[in-house]
Amino acid sequence: MLVLQQVSIAYGQATVVKDVSLTLQQGQIGCLLGPSGCGKTSLLRAIAGFEPVQTGSVVLAGSSLSEPGNMVNPEQRRIGMVFQDFALFPHLTVAQNIAFGLKKKPKAQQQQIVDELLAVVGLPTLGDRYVHQLSGGQQQRVALARALAPEPDVLLLDEPFSGLDADLREALAQDIRAILKQRGISALMVTHDQFEAFAMADQIGVMQHGKLQQWGSAYELYHQPANRFVADFVGHGALLKGEVLADEKVYTALGVFAQTQSNFTAGVAVDLLVRPDDIVHDDQSGFTAKVVSKSFRGSHILYSLELEGAEQVYCLAPSHHNHQLHSRIGIKLELDHLVLFQRL
Amino acid sequence: MTSPLFSRTTTLFALLLAVPVLVVLGSLLTPQPELWAHLLDTVLADYVRNSLVLALGVGLCSAAIGTLMAWTVARYQFIGRAVVQWLLLLPMAVPAYIMAYSYTGLLDFAGPVQSQLRLWFDWSYGDYYFPEIRSLPGAILMLSLVLYPYVYMLARTAFRQQSGSLLEASRTLGYTPRQHFWLVALPVARPAILTGAALAMMEALADYGTVQYFGVTTFTTGIFRTWFGMGNQLGAAQLSALLCSFVLLLLYLEQWSRRKLKFYQQGQKQQEPSRQSIHGLAGFSLLLLCLLPVMFGFLLPALQLVGWAVERLDQLWSADFMQLLLNSFSLAALTALVTASLALCFAYAKRLSGHWSLVLPVRLAAMGYALPGTVIAIGVMIPLAALDNSIDLWAEQQFGIRTGLLLSGTLVALVLAYTVRFMAVALHSVEAGLMQITPSMDNAARSLGESPVGVLKRVHLPLLKASVLSALLLVFVDVLKELPATLLLRPFNFNTLSVRSYELASDERLADAALPALAIVLIGLIPVILLSRALDSSNRGAQ
Repeated sequence: MLVLQQVSIAYGQATVVKDVSLTLQQGQIGCLLGPSGCGKTSLLRAIAGFEPVQTGSVVLAGSSLSEPGNMVNPEQRRIGMVFQDFALFPHLTVAQNIAFGLKKKPKAQQQQIVDELLAVVGLPTLGDRYVHQLSGGQQQRVALARALAPEPDVLLLDEPFSGLDADLREALAQDIRAILKQRGISALMVTHDQFEAFAMADQIGVMQHGKLQQWGSAYELYHQPANRFVADFVGHGALLKGEVLADEKVYTALGVFAQTQSNFTAGVAVDLLVRPDDIVHDDQSGFTAKVVSKSFRGSHILYSLELEGAEQVYCLAPSHHNHQLHSRIGIKLELDHLVLFQRL
Repeated sequence: MTSPLFSRTTTLFALLLAVPVLVVLGSLLTPQPELWAHLLDTVLADYVRNSLVLALGVGLCSAAIGTLMAWTVARYQFIGRAVVQWLLLLPMAVPAYIMAYSYTGLLDFAGPVQSQLRLWFDWSYGDYYFPEIRSLPGAILMLSLVLYPYVYMLARTAFRQQSGSLLEASRTLGYTPRQHFWLVALPVARPAILTGAALAMMEALADYGTVQYFGVTTFTTGIFRTWFGMGNQLGAAQLSALLCSFVLLLLYLEQWSRRKLKFYQQGQKQQEPSRQSIHGLAGFSLLLLCLLPVMFGFLLPALQLVGWAVERLDQLWSADFMQLLLNSFSLAALTALVTASLALCFAYAKRLSGHWSLVLPVRLAAMGYALPGTVIAIGVMIPLAALDNSIDLWAEQQFGIRTGLLLSGTLVALVLAYTVRFMAVALHSVEAGLMQITPSMDNAARSLGESPVGVLKRVHLPLLKASVLSALLLVFVDVLKELPATLLLRPFNFNTLSVRSYELASDERLADAALPALAIVLIGLIPVILLSRALDSSNRGAQ
């Protein structure tokens, strides 16, 4: 179990990570998601032991690894890492790369572990190759095998798919997730790509300006975002102006809705989060909107719609509902629960 | 543009430049049992042993110095690092034979070091032991001090290009930074270090001035001795061929390492490793450590030369010195022009056709850079003399006139030898420039309405200007520094800076030798400065 308590990281005067706390259970796959410069990579490097923490602590399996003024060396942490550029050793073969962290084990056992891991990552015949003879995806697999060989307590992955082609990413993400799950290894990944995060992780932490904005499952991030940033960063969406009525229901341009939780009292101005899949195309509906732009997505078309009051929403409609630009279509808002933010 | 005349002429020129190498290797076809029996009985073992010890010693020492300096500069941030990283290139400007007699002047019995020691400790002659610089270890030291920059440059780039994540990967796999250096950083840089060491060893094998001055008998001195002392030209050529085989071995090592280098540095340009900051006394010691090779490889000998030159400043305006400058400069300029023009032709011909009948001769012609000047001189002399003799014979039979030595005693021989020796330098520059001009640029210019000549004028010329200029400059400076081929091939009574400086030093007139030597060092600084700027900008580009 990996526990971060109130971790802050600073380079000189600039604090890049502020008071981040999170817990990664044994066998869980976590992901830090955020735009570049949000501090996610610094946090990962602090866990690996390449950066000191300014406040707080990093605790792995009950023992503290990093505290202010007290740091366990990276080589003594039992933390594996897969690097963005893979960092494979070019002067060693694939097998020698994988065996690199096994120096304390006898040769025969090293060989056995190497063979097993090569099979696990699906490269059983490539042990004698050199790194430059491998494709990008194969190098990624070797990097994973090398990091797994010493059986680390937790595996860190720094933007592991950023160097790969788009079609390779998805397949590899699923493979790697299966391998980690099968071996029960805890892992923490860093990415700026939410679809990678969705494909890999059990728990996702969204970071902005060095702060952890929300720590939850992909479903929670999408449907119950903790704040405006998470709502905006994860998935598509628009904010619809609303007003809380005397009966605590919310009035919007697309109808009146009951609050799921009565968070806001009468008279408060709010914004309602509307996802593209919340807007349903319905010719019978009393509400109409003008098609401003459309983008074809294969099975669906994503419409940008303008309401009467010039507010805009997105609508994800099945792609046989093909409407002309500037035409008006009937829509209705279907919500399971309301995500409301107080108007700024 | 692909006129058959152009490509045929180019092939002819390339083959012409390959003649000296072929002549030297071809000499082995005429066995000379008596000469070899004699050499075997007497000096051959010395030649082989001394040459090998010299080359290996220089390879090891320059690899050690160069790697240490490269690692320090690439991985630590300390006071003065920015300046020291190019100061470390300065020794390249000093030819080894000039080092040799500067140090002889510094360290011999009457020199400042021993005089000071005697003064301090009140010793007199015979009271103390002082190591003899004029020896094989001395020669290794001299050559290593000026040749380590080859290793330094390549290793520095290699260490810089190692992604910072390699160290982090080692650490997450349980190794300390020190273990990482021996297990990963050094092995990954090994092809670069080997390439540099191979280049240094080739230069060591090619050296004539230093070993001759120090009285160490090697292949190069042996070739001179066989040619002039024994008058056996074929024998000299055969010794040259033997020397060539060593050099070719090194050449193979260099090429093999370079190929590996390409693989080792593939896909690793992610993050520049951060340099560890070293402050205070420790940082200052690093600075001093890096200044050591600069001091011994450049400052000390340069100061010694300046000291001597100041004593003989009146020579500066003498007609003799002016003549030396004029000779050297005109010879170097002529060679630079010839070599760069040929290189331009070769590069274009290769680009246009790429057929083996053209590529192969050009590659052969460019092999001269690996061969010692002595060997090339022999390879030029033999065919030219044969040509002269047959012309002489023919003219006498036809017209009853004796033409004598038309070519072999003239500047033609010298320029030809230089062109063979330095073609690779020029070709490398020009080809690098030409590579920036992609075929699609030609197409783009043509589709925008330019004629082929217009493309040449408006696209190629501006883009190639810099690389042709650098080819001219590099060849110019190399010719000025060149000694053994000049000694062998110069016309009677034709002196250059290097020859004059060397002859004066050989006559123990060290102070008189200083002015021409200093001139060579100063001119030699120009390409070093350009090189350091090029290295800096390429490193910036990599970031």
